[in-house]
Amino acid sequence: MVEELLIRNGVVYDPINGVNGEKKDICIRDGKVVEEVRNPKVIDAEGRVVMPGGVDIHAHIAGGKVNAGRLFRPEDGRKGREAKTKVCRAQSGYSVPNTFATGYRYAKMGYTFVMEAAMPPLAARHTHEEMVDIPILDNAAMPLIDNNWMTMDYVKSGDTDLLAAYIAWMVKATKGYGVKVVNPGGTEAWAWAKNCDLNDAVPYFDVTPAEIVKSLAVANEKFEMPHSIHVHGNMLGHPGNYKVTTSTYDLVKGITPYRDRPTMHATHTQFHSYGGTTWRDFESKAGAIADYVNKNEHVSIDLGSVILGDTTTMTADGPMEYSLYQITGRKWTNHDVELETGSGITPFLYSGKVSVHTIQWAIGQELALLIKDPWKLALTTDHPNAGPFIGYPIIISMLMSKRRRDESAADMHKVIYDRAELPSIDREYDLYEIAIITRGMTAKTLGLHEHGKGHLGVGADADVAIYDMSPEEHDAGKIQKAFLNTKYTIKGGEVVVKDGEVVAAPAGRTFFVTPECDSKLMEEMLVDLKAKFEHYYSVSFNNYPVQDAYVPNPYEIKAPWRS
Amino acid sequence: MVEITDVVCSLCGCVCDDIVVEVEDNKVTKVKGACAVGKSKLMGHGRIESPAIRENGELRDCSYDEAIKEAAEILAAARRPLLYGWSSTVCEADKVGIELAEEIGAVIDNTASVCHGPSVLAIQDVGLPSCTLGEVKNRADLVIYWGANPAAAHANHMKRYSYISKGYWTEEGKKNKKLIVVDVRKTATAKMADVFLQIEQGKDYLVFSALRALLYGYEDVVPEVVGGIPKKDLLETVKMMKEAKFGIIFFGMGVTHTRGRHNNIVNAIQTTRAAHTHTKFNIMPMRGHYNVAGINQVCTWETGYPFAVDLSRGYAWYNPGEQSATDLLIRRECDAALFIASDPGAHFPGESIRHLAKIPVIQIDPFPNPTTEFANVVIPTAISGIEAEGNVYRMDNIPIRLRKLVDTEYMADEEILERILEEVRAIKEKEGE
Repeated sequence: MVEELLIRNGVVYDPINGVNGEKKDICIRDGKVVEEVRNPKVIDAEGRVVMPGGVDIHAHIAGGKVNAGRLFRPEDGRKGREAKTKVCRAQSGYSVPNTFATGYRYAKMGYTFVMEAAMPPLAARHTHEEMVDIPILDNAAMPLIDNNWMTMDYVKSGDTDLLAAYIAWMVKATKGYGVKVVNPGGTEAWAWAKNCDLNDAVPYFDVTPAEIVKSLAVANEKFEMPHSIHVHGNMLGHPGNYKVTTSTYDLVKGITPYRDRPTMHATHTQFHSYGGTTWRDFESKAGAIADYVNKNEHVSIDLGSVILGDTTTMTADGPMEYSLYQITGRKWTNHDVELETGSGITPFLYSGKVSVHTIQWAIGQELALLIKDPWKLALTTDHPNAGPFIGYPIIISMLMSKRRRDESAADMHKVIYDRAELPSIDREYDLYEIAIITRGMTAKTLGLHEHGKGHLGVGADADVAIYDMSPEEHDAGKIQKAFLNTKYTIKGGEVVVKDGEVVAAPAGRTFFVTPECDSKLMEEMLVDLKAKFEHYYSVSFNNYPVQDAYVPNPYEIKAPWRS
Repeated sequence: MVEITDVVCSLCGCVCDDIVVEVEDNKVTKVKGACAVGKSKLMGHGRIESPAIRENGELRDCSYDEAIKEAAEILAAARRPLLYGWSSTVCEADKVGIELAEEIGAVIDNTASVCHGPSVLAIQDVGLPSCTLGEVKNRADLVIYWGANPAAAHANHMKRYSYISKGYWTEEGKKNKKLIVVDVRKTATAKMADVFLQIEQGKDYLVFSALRALLYGYEDVVPEVVGGIPKKDLLETVKMMKEAKFGIIFFGMGVTHTRGRHNNIVNAIQTTRAAHTHTKFNIMPMRGHYNVAGINQVCTWETGYPFAVDLSRGYAWYNPGEQSATDLLIRRECDAALFIASDPGAHFPGESIRHLAKIPVIQIDPFPNPTTEFANVVIPTAISGIEAEGNVYRMDNIPIRLRKLVDTEYMADEEILERILEEVRAIKEKEGE
């Protein structure tokens, strides 16, 4: 049976196709956007805001450290309890929701794709097992490939072809999406309770983080990879780190990307935009970062904007989590992963009464408001690090309302008027810009726009969010409410949310990239890799790659070698 | 004869994945690389032969269909059902189990409840600084086993991952490593140790406290003897901890189930954190069943909590000490129980077994055990890792896929549970009409 749907008279914001608030019908057949329909079910969107399904470029929603966060925070689990319904499984959690709640809540906000931001390769099966249990959302995950011994060996020998072969094998073996970098070199150093700055030598490996980043960018661009390298740089969360940040951006300047996109996506930039020398003279350097991004085309960023309140921080940046735990004295979990990566987890409370948190809160929004071109930035909270994803509507309302920002600032630590720029910024986002930073830019930066995501052109996936608000709405509270619970969310042509309730929960698909590498190069690389398994891994080579059974709804993107 | 390499052992939390097995006429005939216990499991032994239902005190053989229908009827009629076990089967089955628990509003609990449950409570208090086993293999120059006897219980642990293994910075194996064993008796593992601290029964908490004090530099508050250990031995131990480049504490039931219980583990973790102020130090529980870590993982991402989860409210409610399997049974609250891949008949306190004798009990297991003696419905299954594949989590939470080695007529756990769930839904739908 042909399933047809017509969304009538909505006010459409579809930035990838340049549609800015036009009254327009959307025709859907068999899960895709089409030119016209004959006998459709009709959804009346008269006067309401219509956007493509949201695409989150960076969130921690599945895998070992997310689950370690759930496990050691039953107090968080209690916050989000909802009983099962005919459609929905039982829900729990706020900053670390269970997998089911993750899918439902994103869908209610109009999101239909989420990128899991950090997959430890050795535990990739775990990430996939959880992603299968996240309903509705299409998803993908980025394997960590920067602290890996194989990577550092090839960085040292300077052989970026073999490094590319290793990337190809790793992305394929983990059914991953691209190259993730987290505190390059620093996480390996953390295995000895140490850390690395950008130009420090990694203990025993005789390479620097800067060399790792540059080599990975070069190797990544040897393929037609949909996404650039995705970088969480060194010295995250340290006062004065903004110089490390711009130096990291500089590393990939001049490397030619395979297509029209940056060569580096720098993630949760709020955490990397700090001035000062200690927590005492800590200040915002969002202006300096924005200035860099405004003047250059080779870097895209996402915000990592702070949501005030309690959350669970988690990252492969083990030493950073240890520092945070030393500040708070709260519980701390750490999990170093052999030959590859690590992770740390600790709860954290962002308070508007604390000067440092207030400045952090300001920085995320300053970045969004000071970077002129919204196509260069994405809305994230680095869920759950700067706050849970469920807080996105709060940030949207802040960016759209100077008044709301001023009212919020008035309740916060007065340091915001001295060491942050936010109160002096008048800019307000419009809905077109919001659509860019929540779907257009993110889909394009991930290369997903070529695979039906993030837009509503003919042939696109019929992923649509209809928000219960008029395009003229200026009340920040109403904007926030509308973006929290859609009037309708449609995923692949199926209505999954209606009037803020989940009405269907189909399984999502997992997108993964298969980089194609010359077989001779691959053979040469495999000699080195097999030796690592033979001597150092605790899992055998043949049991390592993620089996097909873990990705029951696959969507493969091939990334040919560039000749 | 077919040789199968990289076979994954489905016995203990070590989940050795480098075993070589020979198969002839659909039978495992030879096993290389497994420990004696693992080998015995892979070679196969006595099975529950047929599904059966108890009538007039005797088990009567029946078909799978009949047993599944009977099980579904019991569960659908129950007001306070308990679903327990889950540690010696694969995650795919665990997931169906949780869905079934949601459907019937059951309490779902797993063997961690009577094993490393105290460790989970401690982790919820202070967290867990840990690592994968390969980290230990490549880096550790100081290995501490505390209340654990791997020489008997995890026979390949030292060889593959810790004291005897060779890795990048440990290429000479045990030659450049130190082994400390803390136990109440001189175990086989203790006999290998550089330092053996024979502590008095139930004094673990005190000894951890003393080590912590010394690691933080408060030598003056530590008495001359703590828990049977002379202060000079404690000082020597702390010196070894500080001087190590990478230390690891592996702890077992000897710490979780002596006086102090989860408080012991909190203190063990705090000791690790104290050592971490000097050098790299990690700590890891010695998980018993091959997938007890896995049911904790699955249960956590699906319900939010790792064990003792009460779904009677429609959402997950977690309060171990009130809703664990033994709590429920001792209060005689539970009116039907399903046991899978576990043996409460042998491991639960007598009081709870007495209640089990009065309520309908369903057993799903490849092997007969004391629980079979009182089960009302017995459903045999394929052995995961021999006759069925699926995902499991090693003691360091690394996921590994069990392989299928031979064909079988037995149904897999996952399929049995799916069919029970289907039947339960059919019954409920009918009642709804």
